[in-house]
Amino acid sequence: MNESSRPLQQSALVLVCAAVLAIAPYMFEAYGLGLLSSMLMYTAMATAWSIFSSPTRYVSLATAAFFGIGAYTTAAVGESLGPALTLCIAAAIGFLVALVVGLVTLRLAGVYFVIFTFGLAELIRQLVTWWEAKFGGTLGRYVFIDVTQNQIYWQLLGVAALVFLVGVWVRSSRIGWAAIAIGEDEQAARHIGVNATKVKVLLFAGVSTAMSIVGAVMAPRWTYIDPAIAFNPLVSFQTMIMALLGGGSRLYGPALGVVPLVILSEVLQAQFPNYFSLMLGIVFLAIVYLMPNGVTGLLDSLRASRRPRSHVAPQASKEGAL
Amino acid sequence: MLAVFWDTFFSGLVLGGIYALVAVGLTLQYGVARVMNLAYGEFTIAGAFLAYVAFIQYQVSPLITLFFALPLGFALNWAVYRLLMVPLARRTPTGASMEVTTILATFGLLFVVQGALLIAFGGSYYSYSFLAVPVDVLGSIVPANRLVAAGVALAASTGLYLFLLASRYGTAIRAVSVNAGAAPLVGIDPARYAALAFAVGGALVAASGVLLSMFLTFNTSMGIVFTMKALIIVIMGGVGNVLGAFFAGLLLGVVESVVSAYVDPGLTLAANFMIFLSVLLLRPTGLFGRRA
Repeated sequence: MNESSRPLQQSALVLVCAAVLAIAPYMFEAYGLGLLSSMLMYTAMATAWSIFSSPTRYVSLATAAFFGIGAYTTAAVGESLGPALTLCIAAAIGFLVALVVGLVTLRLAGVYFVIFTFGLAELIRQLVTWWEAKFGGTLGRYVFIDVTQNQIYWQLLGVAALVFLVGVWVRSSRIGWAAIAIGEDEQAARHIGVNATKVKVLLFAGVSTAMSIVGAVMAPRWTYIDPAIAFNPLVSFQTMIMALLGGGSRLYGPALGVVPLVILSEVLQAQFPNYFSLMLGIVFLAIVYLMPNGVTGLLDSLRASRRPRSHVAPQASKEGAL
Repeated sequence: MLAVFWDTFFSGLVLGGIYALVAVGLTLQYGVARVMNLAYGEFTIAGAFLAYVAFIQYQVSPLITLFFALPLGFALNWAVYRLLMVPLARRTPTGASMEVTTILATFGLLFVVQGALLIAFGGSYYSYSFLAVPVDVLGSIVPANRLVAAGVALAASTGLYLFLLASRYGTAIRAVSVNAGAAPLVGIDPARYAALAFAVGGALVAASGVLLSMFLTFNTSMGIVFTMKALIIVIMGGVGNVLGAFFAGLLLGVVESVVSAYVDPGLTLAANFMIFLSVLLLRPTGLFGRRA
């Protein structure tokens, strides 16, 4: 296959899919559209998460921090500044915070990075709570913004499409290969001339910006938010579980994890709200033990095991030894 | 002025003593068994609920529950290590990816334990009144339950330290912690002692939960807070360094107490993270560790 034409084909495919999905508001009623919006929200975030975390193997739990930054930006200035400017401000704040956090923390090794990001959302939540109690006078905020469910859906679709386009570009560019090299062996990557810090910080800041935008878009759906809602750590966990279930070897992998898990959590929360945590934990353990490389990893290994039977057999069997 | 500061300092020390016990168990689990156990705090809360049920339903003093919590935590964590962690170690032999995989696995465990507690107890807050009488210690008024808890925590930490330093099992555990690869050369089976260290850590965390329940109002979703605090202390003290974790725990208790009294009670967690981050960036081997 001609390698240079693949990004173009993939980008075209993303746009076609987005165009097809754009007619959903005319076909579904409120409940279905809400479910689809949740799926798009998590697709955008899990795909963004995977663009950074899958190749570099830096497991980030900071999703909720950036999602919350976006949501709070909308709550604070959305009414006075209008949607377009609000999204820009949310993106800018998310980008700047990610840049600072990235520069400070990305020199931390694997586990320390996980722990720091694990706490970052809590830290920002506490700071916002403290700020609001001290200077805002109130803990929660009402989000009165004139936006319909359909518009939120289209905005989410736009963000998701954008994330996919960026993903296509990253995977076909030098920065994507550099990220894979860092994940394999950071020392070795530095030795062959990869500017590891720059690659990591840029990717981290990029995907965090997308998460902030998603948060800013989603805020009006709640009408009331407080720090506990906006910076809910469950958002980080679910994003990660979905991306891991789907698998990071393909760009569309995380989306494969999002669809079943959004439906599952919807059913659980409606039918057995008390069993939600327990089921989430069991699903998580099942993923780690039974399919560590996710759905796409499973598909890849199925494909690889089928290959020896076809014409390519002699060379391909070497891969199977892994 | 000085008296107020002494009050703050002393209550921080008492709080820090219990933090120290919470963290000492984790430093064993992470330092020897190489498992970054994110479900750690859930076991603290499980211990707290055990003490609550024993006290409210069967009128058993938490100090007696302690003797049931220790073996129970030991057995449970030994099983967790054998059943959940050993298969992962077999699958991913290299250090770094093993650590990330165990994080993901214990993360699932966190939700399972939390979910089970949630089904049993719901989301509301629990507390009970045990030894809630003021005691005068060198001019500072402290509730007796806190003092007893801190005393038991101090005794348990000292016991663990002596066990590691002087006993044959403790020496073997330290050997595995220093160099798991070389331990078999002197006849030590690393897998066996890693399991032992993990289980001892689990016994301590269950005990710390029982102690915390004596004076703290708790609910099912508070486990993460204790995991975070324990992690911060472990890294401050230097991974696997029991004495370091102990002093880092005391330090964190005092810092929290001082920040809460003199700066703003809403900023204690922020202060925790500032310390954590500065330690990570300036002294990644811990306050008492060798320079990297």
